[in-house]
Amino acid sequence: MNPARKRTARLIVALSAAVVLASALIYTSFSAASPALSPSQLVRQAQPGRSYQLTGTVAKGSVRHEANGIAFAVEDRAGGTTIPVNYTGTVPDPFREGREVIVTVQKQGGRFIGERNSLITKCPSKYKTAPPGEKQNY
Amino acid sequence: MAVLGRVCLLLALAVCAYGIGASLYGVRSGRLEFADSGRRSVYALAGILTVAFAVLEIAFLRNDFAFVTVADTSSRTTPGLYRAAAVWSSQEGSLLLWAWLLSLWSSLALFITRRRMREVAAYATAILLGLGGFFIALMVFYATPFATTRPAPAEGAGLDPLLRFPTMMIHPPMLYSGYTLCMIPLAFGMGALLARRVDAAWMRVARRFAFAAWLFLGAGILLGARWSYAELGWGGYWGWDAVENASLMPWLTGTAFLHSLMIQEKRGMLKVWNMSLVLATGALAIMGTFLVRSGVLNSIHAFGGATLGVPFVVLIGALTAGSIYLVVSRRDMLRSEHRLDSLLSRESIFLANNLVLVALCFVIFWGTYFPLISEALTGQEASVGPPWFDRYTVPLALILVLLSGIGPVIAWRRATLANARRNLATPAIIALLALVALVAAGVREKPFAIAMFCCGAFVLGSIGQEFVRGVRARRAIAGETAPVALLALVRRNRRRYGGYIVHVGMAVLFVGVAASSSFQHASELGLSPGGSTRVGAYTIRYLRPTATITPRYDAAHTGSTLSLGAVLDVSRQGRHVATLSPSEGYYDSGEPAQGSVGHLIGGQAVSHISMSAGVTRDVWTAIAPNISTPALQRIVTVGNRTLPPEQAEVAIAYLARAYLKNPPPAQFHLIVSPLVMWIWIGGLMVFGGGLIAIWPAPSSVRARVRVRSRARAAQGLARA
Repeated sequence: MNPARKRTARLIVALSAAVVLASALIYTSFSAASPALSPSQLVRQAQPGRSYQLTGTVAKGSVRHEANGIAFAVEDRAGGTTIPVNYTGTVPDPFREGREVIVTVQKQGGRFIGERNSLITKCPSKYKTAPPGEKQNY
Repeated sequence: MAVLGRVCLLLALAVCAYGIGASLYGVRSGRLEFADSGRRSVYALAGILTVAFAVLEIAFLRNDFAFVTVADTSSRTTPGLYRAAAVWSSQEGSLLLWAWLLSLWSSLALFITRRRMREVAAYATAILLGLGGFFIALMVFYATPFATTRPAPAEGAGLDPLLRFPTMMIHPPMLYSGYTLCMIPLAFGMGALLARRVDAAWMRVARRFAFAAWLFLGAGILLGARWSYAELGWGGYWGWDAVENASLMPWLTGTAFLHSLMIQEKRGMLKVWNMSLVLATGALAIMGTFLVRSGVLNSIHAFGGATLGVPFVVLIGALTAGSIYLVVSRRDMLRSEHRLDSLLSRESIFLANNLVLVALCFVIFWGTYFPLISEALTGQEASVGPPWFDRYTVPLALILVLLSGIGPVIAWRRATLANARRNLATPAIIALLALVALVAAGVREKPFAIAMFCCGAFVLGSIGQEFVRGVRARRAIAGETAPVALLALVRRNRRRYGGYIVHVGMAVLFVGVAASSSFQHASELGLSPGGSTRVGAYTIRYLRPTATITPRYDAAHTGSTLSLGAVLDVSRQGRHVATLSPSEGYYDSGEPAQGSVGHLIGGQAVSHISMSAGVTRDVWTAIAPNISTPALQRIVTVGNRTLPPEQAEVAIAYLARAYLKNPPPAQFHLIVSPLVMWIWIGGLMVFGGGLIAIWPAPSSVRARVRVRSRARAAQGLARA
């Protein structure tokens, strides 16, 4: 093979490898991704054994400390549907009632189990003072 | 004072506009005195922004709560050092820091090049001032750091307690220095394309500043990881969070550029690729800033109420489109002078390393922006988690570490098989010995971790061999003792041996990451005093509760009103190892609605972890005490009802005593991780190696090089 053809062949092999790898990446990202749903959407769509990213606010008066973690309920941002979640793992420092959270959950029986260490507290004002309504009231 | 700050910003904007006009007019019309004036306006910008930054810093130090940003992010109870760092904890303050650092680095770059590449520098000046002007315009029109309120509040809200940590004070300036330094190669690269002078001169500037950017960005990322590990009650150092990823991406493309640049310097190849990497690194750095500012992705870092999305999208779009247009329209100037001679050569190893780094960057880019991509394509927001990132990044990291061991010992152009075998035999044997030792020691699970240990051993072997050969050669020639020869070797070839140290540091860091993520033992459980549990080989016993009150005596010196914790005894096979005392700090919320007592502890609660760090393992502990028991809550409620604000601390003291007397079970997070310390040691080695490589060569060497090049030129002339 002359050098020019050899180079072209090499380029085609390299490009095809890149395309194959990129397609694998893109395919797996769609199949491995957990959709982000609000409680009212999750109630309608949840299938057992699939992971979902549940987003909403922590319902008032719902946080309970248990032997191996915490239980709390996630409420639609606008209020309404709430979903109780049992969660084990790290609880971020800013977590509290009324805050917006994202937690990866799976439906097991009639319950939603939070994936270990998946809880993120999305504090809308992380680097600023929280508005009064969000504060923990003593 | 605020007026002075506002005037400075307006003046800075005017200077940017003038400087852009002057440099463009100067270079277009050939009247370079205007371009010089444009360059001087960058110095002026640096001066003006220094004054603006000083105004804000002084307001923070003086507790001038008339400044809205001071009232929002600082308070009298925030300890002094953290007050100084609170400047960049707000959105407005960090924009000012960005613009200020950009003006300083730009001044340095333009000062160094003031007598060279005047056309390229003139375009670069305009681009840098354009970027600076963009940030200043954001501060003038969207988020001004100098907004004031009358009457000034008596007390501010305080710095977020999570940020009251020493590395948090230097992490943002480091990262921002890295981001802003990325702008220099971007500006000079675009300048070179615009001026159609794509020669070696701009590359020298680009290399030096890309290296500095790489160093600062790397240090910033590592400090952030350290903060996450030692401050957040999480125990991890990397979580594939959107903002973490955003800082890693330009670092990866920057690393690729620093390697492929060597091929361009030596062989005149890969010019389009290098230019694209420089421009991509700059665009990724802006995107990193954008991610923090826009709140477009869910991140633990996102600023509240961030509204700067649209201007950033416009800037990134313009930069990307401009870069693509310039590279495509100037592609004739960027033709390679040579072709790859052999697949077994240093060039091809570097090329492979570049492809792996860019692939890593692509994986991280895709994963980070996946929520946006998926929403755009399917209408449903979805995100990928750490397991997805690990699936791709772990094998790529393995290849990368392996290549970092092969690259330095393989010849340029064309290596013979015999030559490659001679150079790679020792490292391969060392890697094999490591594998045998690991299997003999009973490490048989976690194939990826074992592979990483072997790759690490391979790199140590290959770089160690290079050092030994170099020292041996010097000893043979100059008859020096081994330590003197080693020092002289590194001093004479800073770039090369500094680079080698960086490679060893990276290998050590990855070994630490592999060991600590694969062989970690963790436990989360509730314990009462006297209770104990086993984590890995260690027994951890909850001896007694602790409580401190008043910000002044806060054990962690972060100004918490109340701090509740525990004394833990760590032992192994009956032998005492360490006594640890994790605690949780409760902070004043400054919110009167919570009651005279309630607000004193109603702010953010923050874990203060306690750990015993060692060369072989870290024992890491955090506590979340339960203060919502009815008995403790009653104290707060009664205090709220009966105590005026000036006596409210009495109730806190009473609460602390009640907690000590009858402590409810506390929730503990306990982790035993092997080799975590090697992540930090590896990081320090990378930083040290980087400093050695970037340090200018000693004047004597430079003089000798100059003499030699003149002699060569004279020879060439004589021959002609």
